[in-house]
Amino acid sequence: MKETLRRSVRITNPQGLHMRPAAAFAELAGRFESSVSVANASQTVDGKNWVELLLLAAEPGTELLLEVSGHDAARALEALAKQLGASSVEEQHTANGQV
Amino acid sequence: MCRMSEFVVREAIVPALTATTKEGVIREMVQHLQAAGQCAGCDAEEVVRAILRREQLGSTGIGRHIAIPHTKHGAVDRLVGTVALSREGVPFESIDGQPVHVLVLLISPQDRPGDHLRALENVVRSMRDDNFVQNLRQAQSVEDIWKLLQPA
Repeated sequence: MKETLRRSVRITNPQGLHMRPAAAFAELAGRFESSVSVANASQTVDGKNWVELLLLAAEPGTELLLEVSGHDAARALEALAKQLGASSVEEQHTANGQV
Repeated sequence: MCRMSEFVVREAIVPALTATTKEGVIREMVQHLQAAGQCAGCDAEEVVRAILRREQLGSTGIGRHIAIPHTKHGAVDRLVGTVALSREGVPFESIDGQPVHVLVLLISPQDRPGDHLRALENVVRSMRDDNFVQNLRQAQSVEDIWKLLQPA
């Protein structure tokens, strides 16, 4: 069943959403069939594109809105919300079972 | 502080890179920054290694012949960077497999994540404009490039 789900996620990485976590998030997002978007107060970007994620310039404490839409939206939302809110790239990798 | 016109060091702009490899162009850009008096006390080779380590985590060749190599480093106390053009194109393991003709190098102090993020945002945002990138590629001199970086 195709559905659209949204969740607000706070950035806790002390370095903010810079290239490493942005690239890790986009890589994970790319594994899901669902479309993924991430928005801040002023714009919405494609969550599968790490360069676009840099446009958010999301500093620690920023609330971002994660939206996923598709048949695997529920799984995608859980995994991606955990990834986006992780306080370090290493924590993200552990949370998602990556090496 | 975070706009290209603010962190790019005019004297370090390279309108025609001579190096032809990823490591070579990064070194050439860092050397230009050092020659321009930035990062005066630092070891250029060490900065080059830091940038290359960052590249190993993921290439900053973002496609459309553009690369945005960057690092944080204790040797600088403010954001500094440069813009460099390669006529021949440099293999950069880019996301689209294309050689790179436009490079923006950014070195941030260790303790200013906000500035670093905003600087990257500004570079990425500028590079989304095809006209801007086209104009950069056609620039012939430091002056040409510097003018293109100024706010409208």
